[in-house]
Amino acid sequence: MFNQGPSWARSKAGNEMRIESVKSLKSLADKVRREQKKRSIEILVCAGTGCLANGALEVAESLERAITKRKLDAKLKLGVKRTGCHGFCEKGPLVVIQPAGIFYKGVRAKDVKEIVEKTLEGDEIIKRLLYRDPVAKKKVETYQEIPFYSRQHRIALRNIGKIDPAEIDDYIAHGGYQGLATALSAMKPDEVIDSIDTSGLRGRGGGGFPAGRKWRTCRNAAEEADEPRYVLCNADEGDPGAFMDRSICEGDPHAVIEGMVIGAYAVGAASGFIYVRDEYPLAVVNLARAITDARERGLLGDDILGSGFSYDVEIARGGGAFVCGESSALMKSVAGEVGEPRAKYVHSVIKGLYDKPTVLNNVETWANVPWIITEGADAFAALGTKKSTGTKAFSLVGKVKNTGLVEVPMGITLREIIFEIGGGIIGDRPFKAVQTGGPSGGCLPEAELDLAVDFDTLTSKGSMMGSGGMIVMDDQTCMVDVARYFLKFLVDESCGKCVPCREGVNQLWLLLEDICAGKGKKGDLEKIEALSDTIVTASLCALGKSAPNPVLSTLRYFRDEYESHIKGKHCPAGICKDLFKFKISKEKCTGCEACAKACPVDCITGEKKKLHKIENKKCTRCGACRNVCRFDAVEVVR
Amino acid sequence: MSEKTINVEINGRFFQAASGDTVLDVARREGIEIPTLCHHDGLEPFGACRLCMVEITHKDWKGWSGLVAACLYPVEEGLQVATDNDAIAGARKTVLDLLLARCPGSDKIRRIAAAHGVTKTSYKKAPHPTTCILCGLCVRVCAVKGANAIDTSGRGIGKKIAIPFRQPPPDCIGCASCAHICPTDTIRCEDIEPTGSAGGVRKIWGHSFEMVKCDACGKPILPRKQMEYEAARSGLDESYFSVCASCSQAKTFKTIGTAFDMEGVQ
Repeated sequence: MFNQGPSWARSKAGNEMRIESVKSLKSLADKVRREQKKRSIEILVCAGTGCLANGALEVAESLERAITKRKLDAKLKLGVKRTGCHGFCEKGPLVVIQPAGIFYKGVRAKDVKEIVEKTLEGDEIIKRLLYRDPVAKKKVETYQEIPFYSRQHRIALRNIGKIDPAEIDDYIAHGGYQGLATALSAMKPDEVIDSIDTSGLRGRGGGGFPAGRKWRTCRNAAEEADEPRYVLCNADEGDPGAFMDRSICEGDPHAVIEGMVIGAYAVGAASGFIYVRDEYPLAVVNLARAITDARERGLLGDDILGSGFSYDVEIARGGGAFVCGESSALMKSVAGEVGEPRAKYVHSVIKGLYDKPTVLNNVETWANVPWIITEGADAFAALGTKKSTGTKAFSLVGKVKNTGLVEVPMGITLREIIFEIGGGIIGDRPFKAVQTGGPSGGCLPEAELDLAVDFDTLTSKGSMMGSGGMIVMDDQTCMVDVARYFLKFLVDESCGKCVPCREGVNQLWLLLEDICAGKGKKGDLEKIEALSDTIVTASLCALGKSAPNPVLSTLRYFRDEYESHIKGKHCPAGICKDLFKFKISKEKCTGCEACAKACPVDCITGEKKKLHKIENKKCTRCGACRNVCRFDAVEVVR
Repeated sequence: MSEKTINVEINGRFFQAASGDTVLDVARREGIEIPTLCHHDGLEPFGACRLCMVEITHKDWKGWSGLVAACLYPVEEGLQVATDNDAIAGARKTVLDLLLARCPGSDKIRRIAAAHGVTKTSYKKAPHPTTCILCGLCVRVCAVKGANAIDTSGRGIGKKIAIPFRQPPPDCIGCASCAHICPTDTIRCEDIEPTGSAGGVRKIWGHSFEMVKCDACGKPILPRKQMEYEAARSGLDESYFSVCASCSQAKTFKTIGTAFDMEGVQ
């Protein structure tokens, strides 16, 4: 069985004893903490997907080699820990040296020698590996001082970057499974549901449905019909540019499992699944190992913590279809059928997996649950806004200086996220729009930057929270092209079951294709709006019902850009290749020759220190010249 | 289905329904027309064609109303349904307009579209036109037959009714239920009459099935593979299936006559 995990991923704690009671969980946590305190220096190497791709594994290995070779362990009592994603993916691989919190970015294996000699053996900080704050314009030495981190409030991501996701004991030492212990030993199932209700926790996967109400409906339906029930986790994160859930599964898998066991106890479920896309190989491996370890420790499976309550979970690997993130399609896929949604006139909490009452929450929602139990529902409700409590994780990507994973209290403004945490727009270009909520979300313009980020506000403005993808766009982004991009994604990802979504979204995309190619006609925008209206009202599932959002929200805020494409046959952002020309500005060009060197088709001519010229017949409008010009001299003209 | 009677209002008239009935069940029973393309009374409702959209509301819903698929929506006490208004007609028209762009060559779709006032599609015609509307009836009836020989492949606009590896499906029994249920005559099934000593042949999904002749009259009735399949599935003797319907009736009648010695019965 795959759920056992590959042999190399088996627990290192395997031969140790099961934790039979709440008391022994606490004494284990104390024991591991004492062990950890003996270390005077802890080197945290980010081993998330992004940093791994950049060579984090080599960094960790050569650190370990250097430490052994120089016998530093005996001298300094230090340890190297491979952690989950620190969130600051753009600057990876990241190395944090604790307890001082020294933060090195972009570390390569060749830098290790210097780190060991200067920072570990000496007391010197290596300036060139430090992060430079783009807002304050100075180098920052420690983790705590970086605005990207200091402005965050981490609950779902609380352990990521701090613990080794492969070590269950490390999770336990950081307070892990304490929420479960409290729930099983001191709370009745109804009290757990009450607590989640009081916390105001809403589903983080996009719908924003109150988790407590979902659990209670499921429990009541199952009790009434005397039926088994299931507790599932949706780890099918499919929005382009979103990686919150992946990071949690990779970096803190036990938080998800603990949340699910608490949920199962509340609902009275005996089994469940984690539906994870196979494109997340590290998440699959880390989850599988965590499940095995939790079972061996007696925290999952039969008679959990000696309480008599039993719940077990299996991994169901998905093929990565976007639509399988939709609850009814997900449940069909888990059951081995084609992942097509069904109409949810009867909700899946009443008739879900195998037609039984089912609770499905996403990874981030589950990861919040243990915190709510240990820290209290009121502490969670105190964060965020009245109707959107707690925090939300976002993956901040696009034309923003600090891309990565951020978790902030609900109600924070878009401006704070993009300009304070994100550090503003790359190259300090003008901000144009931010796309939230994934393909089914929408684009918000500069005028809406002071919007509070919560479920209801974003929806009221034609976008949505979605699962937390946030794509920042600058003035060189064409909004028609953006809408076209997202529609194409949805054309490819529609399951094809119902006519409005399958045929309608495709026709919408074809209309945008024409507009971007200069073939837009008068009346196209009205046609787009009418067709969108039918798709929204007549589609079978939420994918179709929200599919026109990218085009509707850009039409709402950037209609003039559409009209410019249709009437003026001009793309003002310089993206739609048939609808503009590049021209080098007489006033701005310094004759530095950078554009001529960058041009892949050699269509730029000019002498050094003299005005350069673009031969438009040869130009392919690739934009390479515009990207390299430091004087903003490459302009878009009709 | 429970005994409880549910009162629903359709187009201003009041009807009684049973728990578990869908809006479409009640409407059809009462002779109220709701168009469908993917529905068949013998199969589980599917909700793919969206032609059966109706508007529902309820006095307790604070003025909320919305379009739902009648084939799937379960009736509830006090439900108010409208089966035809501007919003519904608009949605149906768009759906048929889209189907016309997909299937410009389908006679049936052209006729249904015209009946709803759509004579020409306002959208781009498909580069590879088809007559298949992906209603899924064929796949569902095949599943009910237990053969599961065909299914859909791919997704979105590229979705197709498909056979495994584009080869004649090994599980197909040649019953042709898929072809009979297809509302747009897309699935090809050809029955070749027996000539001379050669028995009849049924061609479907790339197979050529040998037909079994009626034991009594010699007319080809069903593929041998289907006969073997049905016999194994039902536990009945193969001879039960190798008689055509009319000969079977005559035979039964004759048997009854002999057994009871019914005089005067021919």
